[in-house]
Amino acid sequence: MRLSPEQVERYSRQIMIPDVGGGGQIRLRQASVLVVGAGGLGSPAAFYLAAAGIGRLGIVDGDTVDLSNLQRQILHTTADRGHRKVESARSRLAELNAEVDVAVHDVRLTDENAAELMEPYDFIIDGSDNFDTKFLVNDVAVSLGKPFSHAGIVRLQGQTMTVVPPESACYRCLFEEPPAPGEVLGCQQAGILGAVAGTIGSIQATEAIKYIVGLEEHLLVNRLLTYDAKTMEIRNVPVPPNPRCKACGAPAGSPASQRSHA
Amino acid sequence: MSVRVRVPTPLRKFTQGSDEVDANGATVSAMLDDLEQNHPGIKERIMDENGKVRRFVNVYVNGDDIRFLKNVDTALKDGDSISIVPAIAGGM
Repeated sequence: MRLSPEQVERYSRQIMIPDVGGGGQIRLRQASVLVVGAGGLGSPAAFYLAAAGIGRLGIVDGDTVDLSNLQRQILHTTADRGHRKVESARSRLAELNAEVDVAVHDVRLTDENAAELMEPYDFIIDGSDNFDTKFLVNDVAVSLGKPFSHAGIVRLQGQTMTVVPPESACYRCLFEEPPAPGEVLGCQQAGILGAVAGTIGSIQATEAIKYIVGLEEHLLVNRLLTYDAKTMEIRNVPVPPNPRCKACGAPAGSPASQRSHA
Repeated sequence: MSVRVRVPTPLRKFTQGSDEVDANGATVSAMLDDLEQNHPGIKERIMDENGKVRRFVNVYVNGDDIRFLKNVDTALKDGDSISIVPAIAGGM
């Protein structure tokens, strides 16, 4: 595969980064990423991936655009109110970069469709807004051996980690189980600043790009990045793989599980 | 043992908005009891009724996850830095 002169010009500012280069740009053109949720996290993530020239971009979202989404969900505009989110996402991404193949899935991610939707992609970005979906993405990605970026945001705070199965810790190594419904506040009840969603969604896109261009050894794995926009503090907390993890832990009796009891 | 506790956003309503508070205790468990004395209501957000840390909350002592130490029996020393990190659901 060769880049056209127009592609070289369009992507010149990232091709000139030694860690990307022409080779990285070709890898981006040949790669595919699935974005789960075209919302506060998925919008900036999908926008930057399309801008960066990802080959194929999948968008999963079964929702319509609401006026209260527009403060943070930058794929959608005032004129898109009441329209399907995947459709406004598709037209916005096509306007930005028509050479990206955008595949839209106008559904919610469920136990039934998750594996089929995620399987064809090289990397998954979880921009969902609830624990059930976050744990579902984790468990299916771990079982498929699919790398993904997890994130959560609320008010002025965000957290994100990258999971590369089977080597790295997964989301269940960090939090074993979701809380009961209503036990923890989501954006709808607690609020979220759009710019905070943008920061975390951009980190997710960055991680996908790093994975694709060959910076795997520098990914946000085995640690959780926490961002507090109020105090403007970014910290990493270690997330060691949990040998007894229900999603990615070694089966009982294997050498790895015995090590954990030593 | 006097330690510094970093308080995550959802729990700051118990600490009058403070993102960091002091607490005392020879173990994580004792420190959480002390935290509850000064900030009533905070402990049950971190621990369940059986005295275990909730599964969607992690507690770190100087950056180490207490699940891989001695859990709530992990010993504390003066100046230790405690972080409480709950799972965050939002995204859309």
